[in-house]
Amino acid sequence: MIELRGIHKSYEMGSNKLHVLKGIDLSIKEGELVSIVGSSGSGKSTLLNILGILDTYDQGEYYLDGKHIKNLNETKAAWYRNQMIGFVFQSFNLISFKNAMENVALPLYYQKVSRKRRNIVALEYLDRMGLKEWAEHTPNELSGGQKQRVAIARSMISKPKVILADEPTGALDSATSMEVMNLFKEINREGITVIIVTHEHDISEQTNKVIHLKDGFIEKIRINTPENILANV
Amino acid sequence: MIDRDKWQEIFQALRTNKWRTFLTAFGVFWGIFMLLVMLGSGQGLENGVTQGFGDFATNSVFIWPQRTTMAYKGFDRNRSFSFKDGDVEAIRKTIPEIQYLAPRLQGGGFRSGDNAVRGEKTGTYSVYGDYPDFFKIDPVEILEGRFINEIDIRDRRKVIVIGNRVYEGLFDKGEECIGEYIRIQGIYFRVVGRFKSKKSGEGANQDNEAMFMPFTTMQRAYNYGDRVGWLSVTSIDQVPVSVVQEKVIKLLKTRQNINPADDLAIGSFNVEKEFKQMRGLFFGIDMLIWIVGIGTLLAGVIGVSNIMLVIVKERTKEIGIQRALGATPMHITMQIINESVFLTTLSGYIGLVTGVLVIEGVDHLIRQQGDEAGFFKNPEIDISIAIASLVILIISGVIAGLIPASRALNIKPIEALRTE
Repeated sequence: MIELRGIHKSYEMGSNKLHVLKGIDLSIKEGELVSIVGSSGSGKSTLLNILGILDTYDQGEYYLDGKHIKNLNETKAAWYRNQMIGFVFQSFNLISFKNAMENVALPLYYQKVSRKRRNIVALEYLDRMGLKEWAEHTPNELSGGQKQRVAIARSMISKPKVILADEPTGALDSATSMEVMNLFKEINREGITVIIVTHEHDISEQTNKVIHLKDGFIEKIRINTPENILANV
Repeated sequence: MIDRDKWQEIFQALRTNKWRTFLTAFGVFWGIFMLLVMLGSGQGLENGVTQGFGDFATNSVFIWPQRTTMAYKGFDRNRSFSFKDGDVEAIRKTIPEIQYLAPRLQGGGFRSGDNAVRGEKTGTYSVYGDYPDFFKIDPVEILEGRFINEIDIRDRRKVIVIGNRVYEGLFDKGEECIGEYIRIQGIYFRVVGRFKSKKSGEGANQDNEAMFMPFTTMQRAYNYGDRVGWLSVTSIDQVPVSVVQEKVIKLLKTRQNINPADDLAIGSFNVEKEFKQMRGLFFGIDMLIWIVGIGTLLAGVIGVSNIMLVIVKERTKEIGIQRALGATPMHITMQIINESVFLTTLSGYIGLVTGVLVIEGVDHLIRQQGDEAGFFKNPEIDISIAIASLVILIISGVIAGLIPASRALNIKPIEALRTE
């Protein structure tokens, strides 16, 4: 599903050049539940941005579902993001003046699905998140856990190949974090690849594969056996 | 158009800070309002002044005798002279560029108290001796009866056409005047027509207080012999009246034995030249109005652009989210431009309607004041100008949105989504 070969990325900081990713080789297969961990400055957010086609890379090759992701114009990148990738953020990033249903339906709006159709679909996904009664509420009337579930519903509505989650539990208490993680596992069981960036150990331990980043390199990749996972739950 | 999500975004952005939106909108409102009020007033001024002319032929020139200032052919300087019937004939025969040639005479007596008498009613009015052609140069509106005609001229009939004020002065209200007799300077004339001026203001009063009799009648009845007071001449369409003016004066100088270099001997007034100058003045006023108006409008549009920049800045994060979720650059651009066009068009349209209402209101008030309102009349706005300003508004809305839209496009989703 995801193939990274020799990815380099550096940022210009005035006259300084900050080399963030120093040759990343990574392969993630369809249906995997993967976490990326590392201390701050290890390059994990940059890697996620490149995976999410939110940022470009300087060297190397990136294939997403067999498509070469390089030198895309913004319109094309927007289309790939919309079709293939679902995003979940730490700060939820819901649009404040739209209600839960409209927020969930937003990716379909950019696919020019009619308002009526996309709201029906959005309601289905909200129902799966157990938030059907909250459909007409705006984000500031929802709790943190509810907001993140709305965001997850939004990431799923366009039936993406990959869901990218950037510290999805960073703003949640531990009980709600577990609920959210269970949702991700459920989504993963349907065959969607899920990649979670986190610095929380008990989150990464619940994934099949933990990718440790350090100073722009992949330090190690640890495979969690089902027994391990069970032990951690 | 009926995209609820699009309008939701537009209204959300405008509602966030109502005062700011109102003040921004007011800038555009004021721009278009001022433009329209100024254009309407300019038109009113032009209408007022041109209606002061009535249907007066603008391609005309007046020519009258003064005194010579140079000695010539044995004649001393400072000699007074007058035009004669023969001069008129000669002009008519030798200058083909003339359209109408109307020799004129003004009767005496109007300075020395009442010169017109009818029964117990008397009045002081201007009396002119005229050819029918004069009414083609300076037309009046006939209310009843007729003008002077060729038969009047040929037979030297003692008939008279009177202005409306003359009628009011010498007749009772509603009284029949056609066929009645008026005594002018001791001679009786039969009234054959009554007219009203087509001009407005002072010009109208002068016309309405005048009486016209056949030119030949005046020459004979008041002992002018073959003298002609002055000439009123128009040129044919293709020829500027200044050509005719030059030729007539040259011919008159030869016939009257005036030194060709003596420019002060014969006086003349070129209406066409004056009229052109006035046209130029109004053109200048119009230009000034457009420059000032567009400038005011531009200030309003710059205000909109400014606020749109602020809105884009405020919504950086939202735009970032939208782009991460798959909004295309086109979508973002159109959203900003839509907002800008909506704001300018709506506020501009209100300005347009208010401006037209004010102009119409003033017009209504002036109309109530009646005919003699003077130099400001019927302010009005051309429908094409109204449409043009709407188009200007929409275009300026697009332009106002362009810079903020490109700013919005430069927002990288990652920067927008970075958690603070």
